[in-house]
Amino acid sequence: MQYRKHEPWLYLAPALVMLLAVFGYPVVRLIILSLQRPKGGVPIFVGLGNYQLLFRDDVFLQAVSNNLKLLLTVPVTVGLALVLAVFLFERIKGWRLYRMTLFLPYLLPIAAVGLVFSYIFQLSGVLNDFLNAVGAGALAQDWLGSTTLALPTVMFVIIWKEVGFGVVLFLARLMSVEEELFDAARVDGANWWQLQRHVTVPQLATVIEFFTVISIITVLSWVFGYVFVMTSGGPGNATMVTELYVYLMGFRYNQMNLAAAVSALLLLVTGVFIFLELRLRERSDLGLVS
Amino acid sequence: MSGARRRAQDLSGSLLRQVVVIFFTVLSLFPLYFMLVSSLKSKADYLENKFNLPPHPILDNFLTAFAGEKFLIRFANSAILTVGAVALSLLIACLAAYAFARMQFPGKRTLFNLMLSLMVVPPVVMVVPLFVTMVRLGLVNTYQGVILIYIGLLLPFSVYMMTNFFQTIPREIVEAARIDGCSSFGVFIRILMPLSAPAVITLTVVNSLWVWNELLIALIFLQRDEMKTLMVGIASMRSRIYVDIPATMAGLLVATIPIVVLYLFGQRYFIRGLIGGAVK
Repeated sequence: MQYRKHEPWLYLAPALVMLLAVFGYPVVRLIILSLQRPKGGVPIFVGLGNYQLLFRDDVFLQAVSNNLKLLLTVPVTVGLALVLAVFLFERIKGWRLYRMTLFLPYLLPIAAVGLVFSYIFQLSGVLNDFLNAVGAGALAQDWLGSTTLALPTVMFVIIWKEVGFGVVLFLARLMSVEEELFDAARVDGANWWQLQRHVTVPQLATVIEFFTVISIITVLSWVFGYVFVMTSGGPGNATMVTELYVYLMGFRYNQMNLAAAVSALLLLVTGVFIFLELRLRERSDLGLVS
Repeated sequence: MSGARRRAQDLSGSLLRQVVVIFFTVLSLFPLYFMLVSSLKSKADYLENKFNLPPHPILDNFLTAFAGEKFLIRFANSAILTVGAVALSLLIACLAAYAFARMQFPGKRTLFNLMLSLMVVPPVVMVVPLFVTMVRLGLVNTYQGVILIYIGLLLPFSVYMMTNFFQTIPREIVEAARIDGCSSFGVFIRILMPLSAPAVITLTVVNSLWVWNELLIALIFLQRDEMKTLMVGIASMRSRIYVDIPATMAGLLVATIPIVVLYLFGQRYFIRGLIGGAVK
């Protein structure tokens, strides 16, 4: 079908303008800001000065190390999602209902979920009441108030919320696998483990990779809500993460240039994974314009 | 292996599966259950027992929640942002998707892939420079400013979804319309859009969910008290010294229930839309 030459651009224009305004321009501005510092109200160029300052800031280093610790949730989330998806795929009774409820946490607002969990995990909260009631009071802890337990508790909530997405994703892929593949393996006498290892996992490989990359990006750069609502980075800086650091630097302490430097680093790191994700998409032939 | 033993093993296997799945299902639902039962308890009943069904259900907490913290204003703010950003981004995305799906132009593939990669760029990266710019333009604490940002953030996924959908509409239908003298915009408005209802519904559902739940941008760009959204209001509840937990739970329930109800009725749209980025 023939369209005039300029026509596509007419249709693309509004979207391109918006994308340039919200992604393009800010990224350029971000890099400039990160290389400047205000002096007497005027921004002056300081090269990598802000970055050097960051790497001497213990709070920033703590934030980075916490983000890295959050990576521990990724194998748990992926593994758990895989197990649950396989169980549902085996059509256990009520699997549709289970799929529906397991997916629900993924949809709920982090602000609300975080607040509810902070009441569950507080010292006089639901979890400790429960432990006391079943005679396991010795296990009661100040889950969000202790420097050693706060981060693992936040990790639990992240897994709680993200796992459902993986379950639904894996299940959707499994249901599009041809049934004969499973039947053939069963006829060949494969037991449950062999079936999973030689049929299920290979069939899911690209989706598992995709979900893993998405989960990595999530814990490195999309966890602001959890931490902001449940702990505000505390106690001390036990749950400080880079996003919260950007927020505090930029909007509490008015250190826009330092905040910009952190954002630029964050963009660099996620950029690597975004590139990876794109490659996975291309390889699995998902979502490409023919 | 004898048949009986195998059957016994199958039975214990399926029992194990049920137990595991039920355990995680209960875990998934517990916060919602806790929200619901606590919102119907008096403070004394809540302190007495945090798990049981409300012994004397009351609705006072909802009145407290509605009265306090400018609840209704925040609810309205969230609704305005959601409707504005979702409607406008949908319109812009459909136009762009038409070009991607139906027209040929140089650099199309590169442009599309570039846009796809924006799907996972964390918003926190753009927040600092956007704030600096918005201050200069006087757009901080305005609906327009935040809607603008939301549109930009929603576009990559929306264009992607609509492009995929437009590509599934048979070429013949479009070509027949062209032969009958339909302009290119006529094809878009009279052929493609009416056929796209399922994709439009899906996109509306997942984008609304995203805007409704969004916290970071709303927190930074809408700081004036009467402009705050519901999620920002909720997020700041914990820091208050005196906390009325049952009333808080009532507020949370009201903020969450629209999503749950929407999900109960349109489950397939949520699933299709949210995993749409990964599996076709």
